Parts: sequence; C-alpha cells; structure tokens
Amino acid sequence: MQVTITVNGVEHSRDIEPRMLLVHFIRDELLLRGTHWGCDTSNCGACTLWVDNEPVKSCTMLAVMADGKAIRTVEGLANGAELDPIQKGFMECHGLQCGFCTPGMMMTCRALLDGNPHPTEAEIREGISGNICRCTGYKNIVAAVQWAAENPATSEVTA
Amino acid sequence: MQTPAPFDYAKATSVADALALLDKHGEEARVIAGGHSLLPMMKLRLARPDALIDLNDIAELRGIRIEGNEIVVGAMVRHAEILSSAILAEHYPIFREAEHMIADPIVRNRGTVGGSMCQADPAADLSAVGSALKGTAVIQGAAGTRTVALRDFHEGPYETKVQAGEILTQVRYPIRPGAGSAYEKVERRAGDWAVASSGVFVVVSGGVVTDCGIGLTAVGADHYCAPAAEEFLIGKAPTEENLAAAAKIAGDSCNPVADQRGPADYKAHLAYELTLRALRRAARSSQGA
Repeated sequence: MQVTITVNGVEHSRDIEPRMLLVHFIRDELLLRGTHWGCDTSNCGACTLWVDNEPVKSCTMLAVMADGKAIRTVEGLANGAELDPIQKGFMECHGLQCGFCTPGMMMTCRALLDGNPHPTEAEIREGISGNICRCTGYKNIVAAVQWAAENPATSEVTA
Repeated sequence: MQTPAPFDYAKATSVADALALLDKHGEEARVIAGGHSLLPMMKLRLARPDALIDLNDIAELRGIRIEGNEIVVGAMVRHAEILSSAILAEHYPIFREAEHMIADPIVRNRGTVGGSMCQADPAADLSAVGSALKGTAVIQGAAGTRTVALRDFHEGPYETKVQAGEILTQVRYPIRPGAGSAYEKVERRAGDWAVASSGVFVVVSGGVVTDCGIGLTAVGADHYCAPAAEEFLIGKAPTEENLAAAAKIAGDSCNPVADQRGPADYKAHLAYELTLRALRRAARSSQGA
C-alpha cells in the first residue's frame, strides 16, 4: 500500500504492507534509528515519537495510519548544530545512563514542556509515567526537564 | 519481533463509508480506533481480522458537547480529550479522576472512548464510569441507529451488544444538576490495570440521597454496577453509617477472581473500601462541601 509520511519536515513515499508498525517504518524503511524499539507492548515508551505534534508509542500504531501525517522523531529535535533545551538538560543533569529510553523520554518531555512550560515536579513525574527508565531512578530526568524549563530556546523549532 | 498477521486496510472517511467498508470486507473485518487494545492482540494472534477499517479520520465521531440534558461523547474521543474536557470537569469530576489513572499520558493520546467500551475489558475504568452514570450507547448499522443502556451494553468479557456490521458512534450521559461524583482506584503501579476501582455519583437533596449510581471494575461486578447498593441508599441520609452499609452491599455483590493482582478476598475488600471512599467524597461534593 502506498503511503506518504512527512518525517522531520521531509516527505517520504513508500509501498508498505498494512501490518508494518510505525516504529519499523521509521527504523527500517527510513533508517532513522534514533527511535528505539523496546517492549513492543506500549508499556516502555522507548519508541515514542510525535504524530501531528502529539507523542505516540510507535510500536502500537500502524505505519499506514500515519499516511499523510507529520512525524517528528528525536533526530528532529535539534536545530542544526544547536541542541534543543531538553537535549541540553539531559546532558547538563546526567539524565541518562545507558541511553535506551532517552529518545522516547526526550520526545515526551519536549511535548510536556510545549504544553506546560513550567511544570511542577509532580506534573513532570506524571508526564513521563509512560516512559520507563531502568537506570536513573528518574531523579536526574526530572532535573533535566526542570533545567530545560529554566533554559528555553531563544527560537522555536518545529518539524 | 511481534508483527500482526497480514490484513487488508482501508481508511473510512465517514460513518456511512465505514459501514459500507465493513459490509464489503465481510464478517472478519474489524474497525480500528486508537489500536492500543486491538494491535497488541493482533501481534499475539489473539485477534486475526481479515481487514481493518480505520475510524481515525471520521470527524463526526469526534467531540464532546451538550445536547439537551445530555453530554454527548463521540466514540473517537481520545482519553486525553476526556481528561482535559471543561464540560466533563464541570458536570462529572469522576471522568478526570478516572482518566488520570488510565494507562499513561502517551497512551491516552491514542486510546479512545469507543475503543475502550467495545474492547469490554473486565478491568476497564471507563466501563465502570459509564455504568455508574447510567449512560447510553448509540450504535449505528446499515438498518439505522439504535441505543442501548450502558448497563446492558456489555454481554461479558470482551463482548458487547455491537453486532457485525455495526459501529458504536456515541456515548451519552444524562446531566444531573447538583450531582457529586468521584473515582477511586488501586493499581500496582502507575498506568496499570485496576486491582479494583469504584466510581460513583450521588445527588443529595433535602438531606437525603435522591439519586445515585455505583460503578465497579476488575471485581467481577455484573455489568460493572451495584444496583442493590444504589437502591439501599436512595431516600436515606448520606451518613457514614448509611454510606458504609451501601458500600458493603456493593462489595458483597462482587465476584472477583484471584490473579497476579491479588487474592479474591482482598479485591472484595477493596470494592467495599473504594466504594465507601467514593461515596463519601461524592456526597460531600453534592452538598457543596
């Protein structure tokens, strides 16, 4: 089936099987390997990306369902060489150890901050409750989001 | 890697189009909404439809609005929209309280009201809310539209009154001026299915309960409700003693099964305790406190 999906501002057309999951379309068809493929059951959130500006777990969405939609992945976070504040926050606050959850975590956190630029700690913790991290105990991830909230980008980046 | 078995796929543009596509693809075709119940089942081959009809682009299935004395919720309304709806927050805080504990914020961006109702999971939170509020399901098929009380909507686990060739299009909830409502859930960890949940509404007028609804999930309550407990409470003052007696009737009416979420007696105790807590808060809120 023919689909056209815009990913990080670039249009891609492919002929795919309806049963192809969005995460595999992104990773194996477009070779964008930043989006991680984790639990495959919509629990862990490693595959989180944006579909029309909303975070979605891409292991639980068919690629054909994204036909005509705009996707943003972790590769679309930075503005050229300038990292997004959430990426800087993870760097500054040591918001990762193994890094497996990090792309999905950052996509969730970016959306959280876009909707609520100054979240409380409780709001951050609820916001990331669909993204599982096995290393950090979340403390530094919360700190990374707080850092990003305090250091917003001077120019808005959108995919 | 988990991949569903092959199927045909078509995107419906309207309810009429979806019904025509269902007819065209035959009995083993299924509609897909958010896909967060159906796709995991397809990956495990617990479901193996020949064709999927995608409802996500149907505008007429979206939106939360007031019609007369009812709140109308479109079948494709997402959990996230329920959570942020000002209309629902004003009339029934039970929705907000339940939604905060349904899955996680990202899953709530995709999962839908209609999908949850039609999946008919025995631990579904929205089914308990729907039964508590005594809402109505609107089902559309080639022959036209019919309505079914939500308390009759579920035939059993994973089975509803929606027949082959039909689609759930709306869920409607009566507005009850002065009603207080609340939802209480115990889960093992954030975003998990309920160990037990209870959701209620209560209308207190002239010092007595004039109307109430009690919904329960994950505890084997018939049609996710406890009508005997409601009957007991009507006409009585919302005292601690009366609320506890009603909660006891609700707890005793359940038939929970032991599983990895806990033993049956624990779940029955939760049904009692959570119903009592929800009744207390709803009665207090109906009395303006």
